[in-house]
Amino acid sequence: MSEDTLKSGSRLERTLVAGEFAVTGELGPPKSADVEIIERKAGYLKGVVDAVNITDNQTAIVRMSSIAAGLLAMKHGLEPVIQITCRDRNRLAIQADVLGAYALGLRNILCLSGDHQCFGNHPTSKNVFDMDSIQLIGMLKGMRDDKVFACGDEIRNTKKQPVVEPRVFIGAAANPFGDPFAFRVIRLAKKVNAGADFIQTQCIYDMDRFKQWMEQVHNKGLHEQVYILAGITPLKSVRMAEYMRDNVAGLTVPDHIIERLKNAEDPKEEGQKIAVEQIQEIRETPGVSGVHIMAIEAEKTVAGLVEKAGLLPRPQ
Amino acid sequence: MDKEPNIIAFCCHYCAFTAADLAGTMRQQYPTNIRIVRVPCSGKVDVNMILEAFVEGADGVMIGACEPGGCHFIQGNLRARKRVDYTKKLLEEVGVDPERLEMYYIAASQGPLFAQTSREFTERIKRIDAEKAKTVAQSQGTNGESV
Amino acid sequence: MIVAEQKPFDEIYERAKRHKKILLMGCGTCVTVCMAGGEKEVEILASQIRLAARERGDDITVEEHTITRQCDDEFFDEATARKVAEADALISMGCGVGVQFCAERFAEKTIYPALNTKFYGATVEQGVWSERCAGCGECIVDQFGGVCPIARCSKSLLNGPCGGSSDGKCEVDPEHIDCAWQLIYERMEKLGRLDELEENKPLKDWTHHRDGGPRTVTREDVKL
Repeated sequence: MSEDTLKSGSRLERTLVAGEFAVTGELGPPKSADVEIIERKAGYLKGVVDAVNITDNQTAIVRMSSIAAGLLAMKHGLEPVIQITCRDRNRLAIQADVLGAYALGLRNILCLSGDHQCFGNHPTSKNVFDMDSIQLIGMLKGMRDDKVFACGDEIRNTKKQPVVEPRVFIGAAANPFGDPFAFRVIRLAKKVNAGADFIQTQCIYDMDRFKQWMEQVHNKGLHEQVYILAGITPLKSVRMAEYMRDNVAGLTVPDHIIERLKNAEDPKEEGQKIAVEQIQEIRETPGVSGVHIMAIEAEKTVAGLVEKAGLLPRPQ
Repeated sequence: MDKEPNIIAFCCHYCAFTAADLAGTMRQQYPTNIRIVRVPCSGKVDVNMILEAFVEGADGVMIGACEPGGCHFIQGNLRARKRVDYTKKLLEEVGVDPERLEMYYIAASQGPLFAQTSREFTERIKRIDAEKAKTVAQSQGTNGESV
Repeated sequence: MIVAEQKPFDEIYERAKRHKKILLMGCGTCVTVCMAGGEKEVEILASQIRLAARERGDDITVEEHTITRQCDDEFFDEATARKVAEADALISMGCGVGVQFCAERFAEKTIYPALNTKFYGATVEQGVWSERCAGCGECIVDQFGGVCPIARCSKSLLNGPCGGSSDGKCEVDPEHIDCAWQLIYERMEKLGRLDELEENKPLKDWTHHRDGGPRTVTREDVKL
């Protein structure tokens, strides 16, 4: 892939295509119409990451929409990765949103199934799930490359007016540790076949198991068809580590990590140290093109982490 | 005035009914207001049957069954247990004291136990009746009388 | 069959006590199998209403009647019509279909449902009924080893599982809900057809589902 064949021209895409080790972050929009929160969080991440995921009603809790918050973040100098889940919108709404997002200058879209509404603050709502994440990826690819809507209509206003398709960089999520374990790489292949350009994984603590998964990914040749960014979440305390181990589906936290946090004088600092080491290991793992840092409600700490990992300054 | 409560006792043929018979033979006294209904097995007793007894005027319903593991039909008494527990819930829903229903395990040879159980259950029903009468009287007592 | 559950007693009684004479009508098919509205359940609910009325000092007479099926006009015979006419109100212990059939048949009579209709399902074991079909109108279970992803996956994914599948359980309720995609995977593995799951299933046509509006099936060849 070269500059001429860029699909979206987004900064994230250009970074990955150039062979640079990419760094992405995450920004949770506010549970209100407060724009200052976005400005503040954007300030922490500016110049520190290549692109920032703007979550979409994450864990089914209502927040400012991903596109709106993404636009605001863009105004403050960040490149957003818009997230779209299948839980809240049908194919009409999603396609309309994609046209709108592209028109506003947003270029990266991450396709997710979405957490079930039972987890959020509106458990009595009706969910949509008109499609799943794989169909969503396919739909976006169809819009961009075939220049048609899901129904087959051309993306042009009238027969006389030009086709203006959304040229977006399409992302998907992958969970190397989910069940059924044997099926996980096949599901990744399905997403790649559907048209995913880049993948962000769930946060990793068990590096050995992640490498096992990467081996399977290699065997299928998937690392050559899609850019894989490994997920990292710095741990802040023993309690956080234990909570994630016991409550997050499919997530394992090896005992030696919990031991380190227990024995540390400053667990927060130790957590950062561990994260830096993980980033190092990830950089050395063949087939991995970047790291996705999910510092939940700790956006301030990302700059220090990226710096300690030797990843600053970010390429322009 | 101590009204004798109407009590229906569903007794399984192989255990509790035989025990009741034995109690009679042994001249063990048990209250005469208890009307025994012989069933082939306590598992024959069902929710609708128990509720109907209450509708028809029973103040208390007891089920006499074989001990767990001793049921002639293997699991009948286990099913009866579940139904009794369920019926207690239904009684509570309609405002009838669930203590008016009880299940007892009485082996065939336990004549004295049958008599004793019948006496105790009758006393329980009398107590519940008395408390209920008091509550009714209290709620009806107006005209500023202290209750 | 259609699986339903009885409404809370207080909710039913609140409606019953608005009338002096009510008819409790049971249904002898689906709701008998799932033990919610059959003849026995009619007896039990009738006794409950009578006991409650006695306790609360309300004047309510309860009549009981059960017909084979409330979703078939032919079972609403003369005897049934007479009993309904004699009552002030009818409480149907049928599923949502039965209640509406009663309402159509006896348009001038106040009719209350005694059940909450839940789903199309089957008896897993006595006392446990589980959902199996969502009536999507276009059955494709053969593509998934006989396990329906629409009805049994919490997100109706056709290209599942999602990231919330853990130890074969669904994150929505790991205690009670199996991950349908775990079941699909195991079934297809047994059948030696795992490769079929690698195909990306296309977008579903929801017009065949109730999303396309309330549905009717017509057979011209058997109409009189």
